[in-house]
Amino acid sequence: MFRYTIRRLLFAIPTLLVISFIIFALLDLAPGDPTGNLPLTIDAKTREAIRISLGLGEPFHIRYIAWLNQFFINEPLNILEEWWGSPIGDSAGRMRIRSWSTRSPVVDLIVERTPQTLWVVGMSYVVGILIAIPIGVISAYRQYSWIDQAGTLFSMIGFSVPTFFTGLVLIVIFSVNLNWLPMIYDTTHTVTGWDSFIVQVKQIAMPVMVLALFNAAQISRFMRSSMLDNLNQDYVRTARAKGMKEHIVVMVHVLRNSLIPVVTVIALGVPQIFGGAIITEQIFRVNGLGALLIGGIEAADIPLVQTLTFIFAVLIVGFNLIADLLYGILDPRIRYD
Amino acid sequence: MQISKKLLMTAAAVSLLASPALAERGADGQLNILYWQAPSIANPYLSGGTKDIESASLVLEPLAYYDENGAMVPNLVAEIPTVENGGVSADLTSITWKLMPGTVWSDGSPLTSADVVFSGDYCMHPDGGCNASTNFTDVTSIEAIDDLTVKITFGVAKPFPYGPFVGTTVPIIQKAQFENCMGAKAPECTAQNFGPVGTGPYKVTEFKANDVVLYEMNDKFREADKPHFSNILFKGGGDAASAARSVLETGEFDYAWNLQVEPEILTQMIAAGKGTVVTSFGTSVERLMVQSTNPDAALGDERGTVAHPHPFLTDKAVRRALSIAIDRQILVDAGYGAAGQVTCNVLPAPAVYASTANDWCKTQDVAGANKLLDDAGWAKGSDGVRAKDGVRLSILYQTSTNSVRQGTQALVKQMWGEIGVETELKNISASVFFGGDQSSPDTFQKFFSDVEMYTNNFDGTDPEKYMASWTCKEIPAPANQWLGNNMPRFCDPAYDALSSELGTTASLEKRAEIAMKMNDMLMEYGAIIPLIHRGDVSAHAVTLGGVLMNSWDSELWNVKDWHRKNPS
Repeated sequence: MFRYTIRRLLFAIPTLLVISFIIFALLDLAPGDPTGNLPLTIDAKTREAIRISLGLGEPFHIRYIAWLNQFFINEPLNILEEWWGSPIGDSAGRMRIRSWSTRSPVVDLIVERTPQTLWVVGMSYVVGILIAIPIGVISAYRQYSWIDQAGTLFSMIGFSVPTFFTGLVLIVIFSVNLNWLPMIYDTTHTVTGWDSFIVQVKQIAMPVMVLALFNAAQISRFMRSSMLDNLNQDYVRTARAKGMKEHIVVMVHVLRNSLIPVVTVIALGVPQIFGGAIITEQIFRVNGLGALLIGGIEAADIPLVQTLTFIFAVLIVGFNLIADLLYGILDPRIRYD
Repeated sequence: MQISKKLLMTAAAVSLLASPALAERGADGQLNILYWQAPSIANPYLSGGTKDIESASLVLEPLAYYDENGAMVPNLVAEIPTVENGGVSADLTSITWKLMPGTVWSDGSPLTSADVVFSGDYCMHPDGGCNASTNFTDVTSIEAIDDLTVKITFGVAKPFPYGPFVGTTVPIIQKAQFENCMGAKAPECTAQNFGPVGTGPYKVTEFKANDVVLYEMNDKFREADKPHFSNILFKGGGDAASAARSVLETGEFDYAWNLQVEPEILTQMIAAGKGTVVTSFGTSVERLMVQSTNPDAALGDERGTVAHPHPFLTDKAVRRALSIAIDRQILVDAGYGAAGQVTCNVLPAPAVYASTANDWCKTQDVAGANKLLDDAGWAKGSDGVRAKDGVRLSILYQTSTNSVRQGTQALVKQMWGEIGVETELKNISASVFFGGDQSSPDTFQKFFSDVEMYTNNFDGTDPEKYMASWTCKEIPAPANQWLGNNMPRFCDPAYDALSSELGTTASLEKRAEIAMKMNDMLMEYGAIIPLIHRGDVSAHAVTLGGVLMNSWDSELWNVKDWHRKNPS
């Protein structure tokens, strides 16, 4: 297992390098101009000066190597420095990846945005799982009953109705008509006590429910089919024949075995949390990583988009590995060495 | 004794005059402002758009503002320098500003002429990428005469010397803070760029780029009882329609900016009674630029250059017919509502510059347009499209991607269909269309189509630079890397002569006369077909008082006077 892990990690290096090159080249070749959003009253000469001040005057390969250097050497050193508390080497002269629209280091922006994304999108994932697993279990156990049909309907709705629609419906009901929940997420709110916790719950409720519906739809279908696979297995019949109580058969034997593939699916979905929910974040103005990405794309803020996309790529590669390892740990039949 | 009595009486009078809302500084609590484009930086000199400049205007101030009527009002100075009061030299080559004594930065240090000089140097630095550098065109030196006096000298006579430091795009920044951020170092000063020290009514307490900015009142602000709000939450993100909803329907926010929302949706939201919509009209005109060179791709490198005249748009009758075939009121009603009005000028404001010579375009005249084309020899073919000598009136009409613009395009296509003109529509992502990417064929400068539509305007109230956009030397071409503002490739020596005359005329009436003449020349030739005079639309809660919507400067220019009031 250990050797397998090391081998996979080593393989990840060339994979990520190729991904980084593709991302960099694609974004660099894509049309778009960071000065495109400036008021038209600013003349062309000034725009050209701004472009050069952003480093666009350099040729492609120089910018790519500079970016690699900044991403793999300068930024990690910077993070180390912050943990360490003392400067390492020439810390003032080290170039960092800077966003073109804010002129500030991209990594700082990402660190600033991560908490609200983890709160909202992460919470929705947890809530989604908590809803999905019972639905999946009951649907499978009582296959073709009304509760199974209701579960199917629920997941069909979750799958097919887009979040920008459910989000708007919730806003119209709970914010405009009932006036119970705020439609705009306040990222400056900090939880200090009971009252502020209630405020946080209120402002997080709508985005979390919208995303949880979507996540639950997916996971509940996996859970249901996995349960159905196991319920027809011989060991279940054996357990029943031994006179075990039905709830122990289902909740202990079947559920645990059924969870193995579901856990993999859940692990593979984790990078999506970091990717944020672009549309939902936009609707409720959560302004997390998803909103950061979409804002960067709109403003043609290429360093920001390159860095964010690449971080997502790293997370996807990483969680693929974690999912594979988890599978090996949970299922003793699977061995990699 | 006498004096104190006088003082008492004045105090009594003042307290009677002041309304109860105008109590002490910060008495009205928190103000919530929503811009659906979030501020990215608090340094307007490095900003990427209006959102940054306006959010910074709460903190940083220029020497003078433009008020809601476009008139200059002194801010950090006692009066506006003019030739009459001796502030502008008789030969129009220098202007001398006198700062008001006693003004302090929010950190307590005094504002001096050194800060003004520094602000100019900062923006004029060749490596800084400052986006207000055009305001400093022709400036040869900015010098401090004494602690409170600044003299700006120009290399040429400047009849309108109010480019530097007038309006929120060119504020004064603090020398002590930005001293080490000159030139190429400018972008690296994140702390300074996110939290500039200013002289304005507020100071930044927290800046989350592209998300939210928190402000707190500046307790050293020079007006004792202002601002009325103690804190501001300046949120960004989302879209215009939901921003309007948060003010007009749910009341979560007090002010929402730039609500380009379909008129019927806005009307519905206003019915909830929680807020009102405010509009103002500046100089923005949605216009059609009419190509006068041949954009045919077969011409290779010479497409869209003056070497090849356009096959049919060089005919004045065609241009005139295209203009009068359009029912501009329908375009306004469908896409703009209160935010637009019909215009026949590319220079629609300020009022002294607005010509009435072109009002023929205000009413649609399909019969007249058809007659013009018939008389010019453009006969309808079997497919209903007019043609002459094998040249069909078939137009490629491009604009940026935006739902209102695509709606306008569809309507215009239909209207032109009625006069036998075929139209093909094209839309291009705004960051490509307005971006200056040399390798893209789709920029508005290259203009490889027959007609293109967008909005432009000018800063401040003086149209000299704006009207100079359509002189011969401004024509974009490969030789100047397609940089230039004369998209229609209009070139007339008489127009160029007027443009240089405007550059040496100081009297306002004379300037207005020349500018109007230039506008009329463009309209008469049909180089530009103006469609809609676009206003700015924002919304504020009924409980928010003091908002004076301003198209000439930041919308938040008078935020120090905003206050909470009882809805009436």
